[in-house]
Amino acid sequence: MTFSLEAVVVRRHARTDLDHVDLAGRAGSLSAVVGGDGAGKTTLLRTLVGALTPSAGQITTPARERIGYVPASSGVYPDLSVAENLRFSAAAFGSRGEGRDMRTRELLAATGLTDARDRLAGNLSGGMRQKLAFACAMLHAPDLLVMDEPTTGLDPMSRSELWRLVSIALGSGTAAVFATTYVEEAARADHVLVLDRGRTLVSDAPAQVIRDLPGQVVSLPGATPEHPSWRRGRVRHAWIATGPPPSEARAVEPDLEDAVIVKALAARMASLPEPLR
Amino acid sequence: MWAMVVNEFRQMRRDHRALAMMIVLPLLMLVVFGYAASFDVSDVPVRVVGPQAEQVASELPDTLAVEEVVPADGEEEGRDALVDGAVVAVVVTSKTGEGRVLVDGSQLFSARAVANGIAAEAPALQVEILFNPDLDTSAVMVPAIAGMILVFIGTVITSLGMVRERTAGTLEQLSVMPFRPRDVLVGKIAPYFAIAALDLLVVIGVGVLLFDVPFNGSPWLLALGSALFLLVTLGIGLLVSSVSENSGQAIQLALMTLLPQVLLSGMIFPLEAMAAGIRWLAYILPLTYFVDISRAVMLRGASIEAVAQPLALLAVLGTVVFGLALLRTRRDLVPVRRRTRSKDPGPDPGPEREPHAVAP
Repeated sequence: MTFSLEAVVVRRHARTDLDHVDLAGRAGSLSAVVGGDGAGKTTLLRTLVGALTPSAGQITTPARERIGYVPASSGVYPDLSVAENLRFSAAAFGSRGEGRDMRTRELLAATGLTDARDRLAGNLSGGMRQKLAFACAMLHAPDLLVMDEPTTGLDPMSRSELWRLVSIALGSGTAAVFATTYVEEAARADHVLVLDRGRTLVSDAPAQVIRDLPGQVVSLPGATPEHPSWRRGRVRHAWIATGPPPSEARAVEPDLEDAVIVKALAARMASLPEPLR
Repeated sequence: MWAMVVNEFRQMRRDHRALAMMIVLPLLMLVVFGYAASFDVSDVPVRVVGPQAEQVASELPDTLAVEEVVPADGEEEGRDALVDGAVVAVVVTSKTGEGRVLVDGSQLFSARAVANGIAAEAPALQVEILFNPDLDTSAVMVPAIAGMILVFIGTVITSLGMVRERTAGTLEQLSVMPFRPRDVLVGKIAPYFAIAALDLLVVIGVGVLLFDVPFNGSPWLLALGSALFLLVTLGIGLLVSSVSENSGQAIQLALMTLLPQVLLSGMIFPLEAMAAGIRWLAYILPLTYFVDISRAVMLRGASIEAVAQPLALLAVLGTVVFGLALLRTRRDLVPVRRRTRSKDPGPDPGPEREPHAVAP
């Protein structure tokens, strides 16, 4: 395994931000950490890269020189140009000479930033700045790439560009972990970890998460009090935990988003006292 | 409109720093201007030397507070005492009863008080002003302004530079990069140190060339004092940045450290004219010691022995303040692995891996 977190606990300010969370990934794998606001995604990534001290558990990562990190804020210097940001990252990771120049040229071309190399990072669009952060993190060809919500605020075109770049990195043997609030984005990962208030809700391959879905998911014309339902585009999907579905229900092929919602509902029901379930 | 007023009060209540500025600053101003803002020096420490010292000492005007009467000493020892800053004036007496008063011109207001007091009450005594014969204000202000500039760059600009890293999210990025914390800190403050040093050269150069401020002492001694002083101001800058979340907070706090130093260090109002309680406050401010050193070295040509005490105090202040700043900044910069990695918790994972375990 390139990295692993085993039974990691993070307690801060008398609050448990991560509660015995496990995650591991091998070279070339893509892991997604999914959850709502305050679920513990950023805490997990910051603990993984060493910016936070875990209260308990064991973490195995490549050496610090072999990790690339893209924080949610992009982490690039707004007062430096694109080229200067890349030069600083190269210097920080001890990359120099012809190798550095070649790698910089490659990354500038891959991220489409060649023409913007002299522009200040602070003047770039959100998408370009995120691509610059990615280029800075990839300059030293890390074994582990950690990205905190890399596509938040990006337009669909920039998102797709960024995932293309991540695919190239995975192809070269880099293990990548990213946090996201978009479940559909997590579907592209080899492994998905869903966090709910610091606890593991789901941790498996996306296909397996869907296969393990308890009960069945159906499409209903409207909300019903008997079955928890949620909006998916123009229709509503509902979870039939036990028993037959209502007559008006139509069978649907559940996807990862349905599976995650069902898991969350199941966990919530399990936490209720018996008479309320 | 009422909603706006209530809203503003609510925000104000939660902005503790602004609240402190609104309450503490006026109080500080009141205290400073009430007890410290005075140019009138009433007690000037004086030494009387020479054969008629005992007799002359009893006839001196009230402004001159005779601290020592040393009949065995002569003019040379008197001048040495002035260079060392031991007293502000030395009355040199001769066997014939004639007397001369040597006055330290680097202590502008005290020197003026001596000159005025002698002229009014003991006109027979001859007054000679040393180190700043024309009692030029610029001669005493330039060395002090050099200190103020070091405070400005060391504290205000440095704190802004560090806070900028935090707000841009680059501080976290630095903490996970393969830098040692001291690399980050030294790399971060070295440019400010260099710019402050350059500014110091410019201020002193302009002072000497344009305002004819004398430079009688060793430049190396002033450089040593400046370096120690910069250590304190940079430490304060780092401390300010470590407790500030944005530039506005950093500027507020930095100004709250700058203002008392400018008002109470003796840069503008003479320490001798301040009330005793306020004067003690001045003695915990680093600029007080720098002003002391820079005036002593530049104007009086003081030796290292003469300024050993302020140098030592700056070194102590620098060590304490910079040490505290390092501890606080380290919290943001030291990655987890360095703090928790020590024992390999399991089988050797290979040279490329960095495992770390924390006991529950």
